[in-house]
Amino acid sequence: MPEKVERLRHDYLRHDKKFPHVWCPGCGNGIVLGALIRAIDSLKLEKDELVLASGIGCAGRMPVYVDFNTLHTTHGRALTFATGIKLANPSLNVLTVMGDGDATAIGGNHFIHAARRNLDLTAIIINNQIYGMTGGQYSPTTPYGSKAATAAYGHIEHAFSIAELAVTAGASFVARGTVYHVPLLDKLIAQGISKKGFSVIEIISNCHIQYGRRNKMGDPVTMMQGFKDRAVTVEKAATLSAEELHDRITIGVLTDVDKPNYTEELQKIRDIAKDKS
Amino acid sequence: MKDDRYEIRFGGSGGQGIILAAVILAEAAGVYEGYYACQTQSYGPEARGGRSKAEVVISRNEIDYPKVIQMDLFLAMNQAALDAYFFDFKPNGLLVVDSTFVKQLPSSRAISIPFTRIARDDIGKELVANIVALGAVGLLSRKFSSDNLEKAVIARVPQQFRDINVQALHAGMKAASEVDLAYLPRSVTTDEEKEV
Amino acid sequence: MTEQATRQVLQGNEAIVEGALAAGCRFFAGYPITPASEIAELMSLRLPAAGGTFIQMEDEIASMGAVIGASLAGVKSLTATSGPGFSLMQENLGYACVAEVPCVVVNVMRAGPSTGLPTSPAQGDVMQARWGTHGDHPIIVLSVSTVSDCFDITVHAFNLSEKYRVPVIILSDEVVSHTREAVFLPAPEKIEVVERIRPSVPPEWYIPYEDNSRGVPAMAVLGDGYRHHVTGLIHDNKGFPTDRPEEVNAFQRRQFRKITNGFYEIQMTKSFMMEDAEVAVIAYGSVSRSALHAIKAAREKGVKAGLLQLITLFPFPKRNVDPVLRQCRAVLVPEMNMGQISREVKRVNLSSKVVTINRVDGQFITPTEIYNKLLSM
Repeated sequence: MPEKVERLRHDYLRHDKKFPHVWCPGCGNGIVLGALIRAIDSLKLEKDELVLASGIGCAGRMPVYVDFNTLHTTHGRALTFATGIKLANPSLNVLTVMGDGDATAIGGNHFIHAARRNLDLTAIIINNQIYGMTGGQYSPTTPYGSKAATAAYGHIEHAFSIAELAVTAGASFVARGTVYHVPLLDKLIAQGISKKGFSVIEIISNCHIQYGRRNKMGDPVTMMQGFKDRAVTVEKAATLSAEELHDRITIGVLTDVDKPNYTEELQKIRDIAKDKS
Repeated sequence: MKDDRYEIRFGGSGGQGIILAAVILAEAAGVYEGYYACQTQSYGPEARGGRSKAEVVISRNEIDYPKVIQMDLFLAMNQAALDAYFFDFKPNGLLVVDSTFVKQLPSSRAISIPFTRIARDDIGKELVANIVALGAVGLLSRKFSSDNLEKAVIARVPQQFRDINVQALHAGMKAASEVDLAYLPRSVTTDEEKEV
Repeated sequence: MTEQATRQVLQGNEAIVEGALAAGCRFFAGYPITPASEIAELMSLRLPAAGGTFIQMEDEIASMGAVIGASLAGVKSLTATSGPGFSLMQENLGYACVAEVPCVVVNVMRAGPSTGLPTSPAQGDVMQARWGTHGDHPIIVLSVSTVSDCFDITVHAFNLSEKYRVPVIILSDEVVSHTREAVFLPAPEKIEVVERIRPSVPPEWYIPYEDNSRGVPAMAVLGDGYRHHVTGLIHDNKGFPTDRPEEVNAFQRRQFRKITNGFYEIQMTKSFMMEDAEVAVIAYGSVSRSALHAIKAAREKGVKAGLLQLITLFPFPKRNVDPVLRQCRAVLVPEMNMGQISREVKRVNLSSKVVTINRVDGQFITPTEIYNKLLSM
């Protein structure tokens, strides 16, 4: 096992990038990065053919550490850059990593349209329910009643459920995991990358500094214990009532459907156009 | 270099095919007659209805200002467009109106032809009134051969409507050929009032 | 092909599409907006036949993001919009500046802030094109005045963009974009097309933002084996974020130096009857056509008038404007705005009288207006 970790570190992390990383001790982002690397390793993908694009925020800092083709784009816009890249070179494996605010607030429009369009991209969304990097302001996934830097008296808005939003918007593959359920996470990310079509993996993570601390949720270990206690599989969730599912985290694959592939459709259009001209 | 600009304005309402007629005329001038040609238009947000204006400037020399300065020829397809766009009419210009809709004329140098009635009754399709008018304008300007006008029409209209449009074009040219321009009065104002 | 077959009547917006295709553009992302939509419509027809990609995105920010992404993946890319959409693009346009991503943005200007007058001509976005995105940045802004310009300048815009790794803005207006004009398009083999310089060293030696005499680093393409990091953060020459003052300073100054180095070819103007001119018009875009008509008329009246037409608006062509200001006792700057380029002319002026015509009613400036003003100068 240590040899494998050593190899993954050697094969996938950038040697010339100065560590340590920017994330706080105990942050779930490192766990996601590990899961992403293991998923890519298990799929035996060529690094030259991998693109990882991110937006702005803590999650946005992930690409710089890995030895792929990497982009750190503007806030909320990672999917738009990824769209251009994938269309310009469909042979590339294009992944994005975003935070909850990044993907569903400022980038919300791009997110639902990328899902609707169903271009073959993979969107990893780390949902820590807060804007971490900017200091704990409420995000679209901050639960009702929570405290945040901009909700001193308790949050009066209601949270998005990212994975369900992606299903409704038309994504081909949607899954949810947490940073506690790591082996499952490795598997879900690998499935998402392999899927032809737009795939979304929502990952519930802990921001004990900006969210947990304000809401008296304890240290990272305690928060992860919470994920473990609240998690319920998709299969189990199907047997539970709405009241029973309240405050639970449904994990697993929410949807996995086959739809016409965007780049293949595009090629059909090119063939028609060439015949006509 | 003497400026030999010839300036034509088309006025009508949206959906009457005014802009298409101007585009075809510009293509006849630019592609088939070998003139320099500029075609411009102004329009409002409406796709149908509302006033619509299109202009064509042709010259044997390179065209600087692309819009009409003073009209040599003004085609008005209805009264509202005539009233709105008659300004900057050249003293000895030529006004051509669709007498189906235009009843009041602001100039004695006017030719009235019932384009819409011809399209409706003789061709059997009111929609081609613009092409009937195009035929008349092309001929009255004396800048185009009927062959080249026909080529330009054929190049623009869809294949299945080709015959009816060619028929419309010739109907317009025929109506115009029956007009004797020599009988039109000269303007009482002089070219001194011509703008730059 | 016969001569007749190559002579075409094209709209300005159509000529922009033809120019882009001739320059090798194979990607367009955009969002509908009057008076620029014809560019998207024609691209959706022409690009697939050329093996390229057209996509209508959910908004203009997304369009700009997709254009940058496609360019990073090695495909020359275009977007087209009007004032309100151009404002939305600005954030990602800044990214293209800082990450040095070649791309071309057409802005068919309309009148007024906000929705303004969507179908009327204006030149209100001159300063937005220069300073619309945040922070200090170099950018190239070109203007078009005729349909054949739309073709030539679009080719040129792509060439400059590739050569200097900088976004190039083409400012058009309703008059230029919607005028149909008889033009001869040059044969493809007669068109000079410039490609970005790709790395010539092995991937392990590649330093993505390494300085050189031109100040323009060689650009690798995503997927070609030169794995590197692209970021909107100020970065060191390896592309990694940095806040070390000496690295930040070197980066910022190189951004400007690469454009300054190219002033001679970037700053383009055209002169008409300037040899003996005593008064001159300095104009750009469609208004330069009115101005050309007006100076000819003024010459007939015995006024020694000339025209300096600005093709490059930014970097402001001081080198070409300066001799006109020295030569003429007065210059007239007519614009369809309250004085965005006249302010630049006044900024570089030391010796002449600068007069303006500012029209902001959504109407085209006529030759008569310019002529009357010239006679009074």
